[in-house]
Parts: sequence; structure tokens; C-alpha cells
Amino acid sequence: MIEIARDIVGGLFLAAGAAFFLIGAIGMHRMPELFSRIHAASLADTTGVGLILIGLMIHGGFSLVTVKLVFLLMFMLFMGPVATHALAAAALQAGLKPGSPTTRKQVAARATRKVAAHAAPPRKGRGKA
Amino acid sequence: MIAGALLAVLVAVALLVVRVLRGPTTFDRLLAANSIGNAAIVLLALFGFLTERPEFLDLGLTYALLNYVGTFAVLKFYRSGSLGAGAEDGT
Repeated sequence: MIEIARDIVGGLFLAAGAAFFLIGAIGMHRMPELFSRIHAASLADTTGVGLILIGLMIHGGFSLVTVKLVFLLMFMLFMGPVATHALAAAALQAGLKPGSPTTRKQVAARATRKVAAHAAPPRKGRGKA
Repeated sequence: MIAGALLAVLVAVALLVVRVLRGPTTFDRLLAANSIGNAAIVLLALFGFLTERPEFLDLGLTYALLNYVGTFAVLKFYRSGSLGAGAEDGT
């Protein structure tokens, strides 16, 4: 009985984790410019990976494998944001500001292609960049 | 169920590879590469469970460290070296 319950709960966590991972990957394409894309990628990294690893932990039961999975989960949850923070800092330092011409061009291109209703309209009235 | 999750993550990796190819700025590519690294870790863990061999988790742990250091190495190189730095912002 326990075996079946464990499989079901583990499977649910795995399914949810895989779904979040896919949502993050799709988000990487939907977002118009880098800084919102970081948001999508971090979704995949934290929730997706976390749920999948929790599903595997449930599947693994109380054993050495689960200890390794806990270390992996702790590492991913701590180091993910640090990496994306460094990336955003480097992007800002390289001159890719969220409202910079590059990102505005990308946003404008996205808006003119009218891919999605919620795409950010190009910001008017900004000074010459 | 593990195989299903494995396939879903593989599809996600395919999407990320497209983002790596298309990404306008180098930071998009680096972000997608970092995500592909995380996907590789999850793939290793899932495959280890699929074939009932726990050694794959050790691979996943080491690759987590490797991927993390690799991302920082590229960022550091990007900041110090100026290869392609002026490409997208035209300064």
C-alpha cells in the first residue's frame, strides 16, 4: 500500500516539476528582452528542478540516494539566484540597461509583430537614447 | 513516470538550445546555457533513477558545481576581455 502511495505522490511531484521546467523554457522565448528572460529562466531553475528533485526523493525513500538529492537541491536553490544575479550585474555593467535601445528595439519588434496581446508597447516620449 | 519527466526535460532542453542559437546578446546565450546545465543535472538524476544506478547522482552533483563555475568564468572573461563587448550596445 505504501509503495503505491509513494509512487503516486512521487509521480505527481515529478509531473509538476517537469511542467514548471517546460513553462520556464517556453518563457525564455516569450519574454521580449534579457531581463524578463532571466525571470523566466529562474522559474525553471528553482521550481522546476526543485519539484523534480523532491519527487525523486519521495521515490527514493530513506537512503543514501535521498541524502545526495538533498545536497543537490540545497545547492541548486542557493546557487541559482547567485548566478542569475551575477549575470544581470554583468549585463547592466556592459550597458544593457532594461530600458536601453537594444531592449527597446527588441520590445518594439515584438510589439509590431503583435505576437501576444500582453506584449509591452514601445515606450513613447523617452529622450533620444 | 520518470521516463515522462525525462522526455519533458529533453523537450525543454531543445527549446533552450533554440534560445541559445537565436539569443541576440551574449547574455541571453549565457542564460540559456546556464539553464541547459541545470537541465543536464536533472536529466542525470532522472536517468540514474530510471536505471536504478545511484552513481549518476554523484555526476549530477559534480556537474552542478562545474556548470556554476563555468557561468562565472564566462562572466569574468566577458568583463575583463572585451571580445564582442561593444557588439550590441554600440558604445
